[in-house]
Amino acid sequence: MIWRAVREALPARHRGVTLAGFLVVGTLALTAVLASHVLPGSPTEIAKDQALRAPTWAEPFGFDDLGRSILSRVVHAYRVSLGVALASVGLALLAGLPLGLVAGYAEGPLDQLIMRPLDVLMSFPAILLAIALMSVFGTGVALVALSLAVVYTPIVARVVRAAVLAVKVELYVDGARALGAAVPRLVLRHILPNAATPVLVQASVLMAIAILVEASLSFLGVGVRPPTPSLGLMLADGRGFMVQAPWMVIFPGVAIMAAVLGFNMVADGLRDWLDPQQATGR
Amino acid sequence: MILYAARRLALAVPLLFGMSVLVFALMRLVPGDPAVAVLGYKATPDGIRALREAFHLDEPVPQQYVRWLGGVARGDFGLDFRQNEPIGRMILDRLPVTIELTLLAAACTALIGVPLGLLAGGRRGGAADRAALAVGLVGVSVPDFWLGIMLILGLSLGAGLLPSGGWVPFAESPIENLIHFALPALTLAVSRAAVLGRLTRAAVLDTMHRGFVQYARAKGLGERAILFRHVLPNAAIPIVTVLGLQVGYMLGGAIVVEMIFTLPGVGRMTLDAVLERNYPVVQSTVLVIGAMFMLVNLVTDVLYGVIDPRVRRR
Repeated sequence: MIWRAVREALPARHRGVTLAGFLVVGTLALTAVLASHVLPGSPTEIAKDQALRAPTWAEPFGFDDLGRSILSRVVHAYRVSLGVALASVGLALLAGLPLGLVAGYAEGPLDQLIMRPLDVLMSFPAILLAIALMSVFGTGVALVALSLAVVYTPIVARVVRAAVLAVKVELYVDGARALGAAVPRLVLRHILPNAATPVLVQASVLMAIAILVEASLSFLGVGVRPPTPSLGLMLADGRGFMVQAPWMVIFPGVAIMAAVLGFNMVADGLRDWLDPQQATGR
Repeated sequence: MILYAARRLALAVPLLFGMSVLVFALMRLVPGDPAVAVLGYKATPDGIRALREAFHLDEPVPQQYVRWLGGVARGDFGLDFRQNEPIGRMILDRLPVTIELTLLAAACTALIGVPLGLLAGGRRGGAADRAALAVGLVGVSVPDFWLGIMLILGLSLGAGLLPSGGWVPFAESPIENLIHFALPALTLAVSRAAVLGRLTRAAVLDTMHRGFVQYARAKGLGERAILFRHVLPNAAIPIVTVLGLQVGYMLGGAIVVEMIFTLPGVGRMTLDAVLERNYPVVQSTVLVIGAMFMLVNLVTDVLYGVIDPRVRRR
């Protein structure tokens, strides 16, 4: 169904990038989910005799300093990357959607009450706020997702609020109100679906950023804890060996870039497709 | 104009207050006794007592906050218990490094991003446009800490062209100073330049449709003159705005870049403090970087009003 909608709505030129993006994201997600079926090798098993072995056809990404296969670590690390991205964006939507809907619909004092504290959260650079939160609450996969959700909630709320403000003055909303629709029905059935476009685009951008930030936090030592495979941790480990074994730093980085690129392409395509007025004019 | 700037400034005051409350509250949420957390394994009963006294941890929390805020307002962030040095002094020593890095990176961003966008937007759909779009999309997706590592691997360890880290004071040797900033600034600039390039292209395309451009074309002006004399000045408003926002984001990115290139800036100070669980320092640097981020956004806002008089009336 989605496929047909995409095919019908997208002019051929947009379709290429969007579909490529979906393809990249889909492939990565599938490999991550099926990780242990695709690659029987363990991502955490240590084999000193293979330490720092260069890439071969059988092991195209080579081995790290503890003799672990980098390919199977990358694939398992995608579970963390994508898991953190999905969880943080999901949580942010769960919190930000209602906040933005209420703020945008109510306006006035209630709007101020909701948005002012969120503005404070947005007054810090995202990565700084995430680092500060991690420093207080500790490290680990769940906490990374939670910190990112805190960073993202005001962004989602602001986008939703702006969309609601734009939509609620439309004639069909007045019409529904005149017909006696109750407020919850008005908001959920008439306003929310028409405000969904920017939220969807924002969500895919946030997915891309989440992958970057998770990797950054883990790289800095305030994200995922070892021995959980994480792309950022792999880069941090590889730094010490980058002269003898450059594959230790090259492949995890390429892996991060591929995932981020995928989500950015999806976001780009969605933006052009759903919002032709704001199209980047590809 | 002054009224517009004043109104913007007035909005910043409650925001700053909110930031200080958040930072203060966050550090009080650290599980366990903050005094033990700060002193770590070196904690002795005497040390803990001294620290509790120095930070007035036995007073009610609101009173602690007021005392802390009063100090911060006077630039007194208290004493760093590990280095036995005033935190305000430490921040002041490291701030110039972060500011220089950010400004150099902003210059690189403008020098890469704007020509890229002009090249793409000037000939829509051409080979240059497609190439610039692809470069932009990839550039946005490159993790900057990885780019930094790759640059070190290729340019300093591989080719031996530039130093892989370290810092020389500007007063000591301006040239050495700039050489040490080259790779960090470039690392910080690339993904922001990609964003700016995409935006410049969109702004150029948007302006191209305007009546005055068609008029210039009708009177026989060359494409190059049209692009530089008519399109660019009018596309400048969104370009300057986004560049201003980018400078703000660079303050966050600087944390990672300073760490990779071992630059003694405020970002690295923050990270070191986080890893050592040195909460008084974390609290201070987070507030300072946050305030700078807000200040940059404020200046961008006001600048926007200067360039485009229509904004002021809103």
